[in-house]
Amino acid sequence: MKSLLKRREFLHGARDTVPMIVGAIPFGILFGALATSVGLSFYATMAMSLFVFAGSSQFVAATLIGQGAGVAVIVMTTFFVNLRHALYSASLGPAFKGLKQTWLLPLGFFLTDETYAVVIKRVNESPDGKDHHWYCLGSSLAMYANWQICTVIGFTAGNALEDLSGWGLEFAMIVTFIGIVVPLITRFPMLIAAGVAVIVALLSRNMAHNLGLIVASVAGVAAGYGAEVYAERKNYEATGS
Amino acid sequence: MKTFLLIFLMMVVTFGVRYPVLALVGRYELPGSVKRALRFVPVAVLSALCAPMVLIQQGQWDISFSNAYLVASVFAILVAWRSRHLLLTIVAGLLVFALLKVSGFG
Repeated sequence: MKSLLKRREFLHGARDTVPMIVGAIPFGILFGALATSVGLSFYATMAMSLFVFAGSSQFVAATLIGQGAGVAVIVMTTFFVNLRHALYSASLGPAFKGLKQTWLLPLGFFLTDETYAVVIKRVNESPDGKDHHWYCLGSSLAMYANWQICTVIGFTAGNALEDLSGWGLEFAMIVTFIGIVVPLITRFPMLIAAGVAVIVALLSRNMAHNLGLIVASVAGVAAGYGAEVYAERKNYEATGS
Repeated sequence: MKTFLLIFLMMVVTFGVRYPVLALVGRYELPGSVKRALRFVPVAVLSALCAPMVLIQQGQWDISFSNAYLVASVFAILVAWRSRHLLLTIVAGLLVFALLKVSGFG
């Protein structure tokens, strides 16, 4: 009975990730195509998708390899591009409280933007759920399998089609994130968080190593939280109680 | 060989960002104010990630109808806002983007 519930939660996580996969397919193909165009071997390309498994940083890394950047620069950039995952971990952590390392290690390894977005939604909708880790694993493995397949397709297609990178396939990632973010903006403080993040990201876009992304993210979180606290205080004063 | 060293180091830093916080936060109870602030994480991070990709093209500001990224993004935002449906938003946004590209407009 119990294992049946876990299996259902696992499959549910995978199913809820399907829309994310639609958005990730073009991006994965684009990565594979870019990797071959900068001269990465098939094994190196697959190793990156299998062991790093972080779309946007793989993308940036392939671009930097194409520009002849050194190992240290690429590793540093990878670190900063992926730094946002620490925020995701902090946000998901409470839902995985008390889990053994045998669970936390794979859940940490497989954490992506898409899985985070799907799982945090689930956690917020059913805060008392006991099997969020199964849900997260289902989502993770669906994303992981898709990413490997798309890397292979992209690598192969990249060899066949000359300028696949000019098609604007990265728009798929943007539209996925729009689909995630817009429905989350139900309150004014959320709108403030999004607005401040956008403005700061645009202003700080030329910072080295994509650091602007982190600065903008933290600014957005702080502004949203500040707006929420401010609204509460005003409300408190208005009701006079 | 150098490539595989690079990939190994990329794996180390990526995992090093994803896992430790997950392990630490799971062990301690976070203060309520931190938990509340963290609720703004998805909106802030994903907005910050997308905005420059949409509005900056080839290193320049591009706020015009010929920027397919911008036109299709505005369309996708409207669809997402009205429908609150993720898959519909993705498919509609991609369709508009493809149409703009194919028609040579964007």
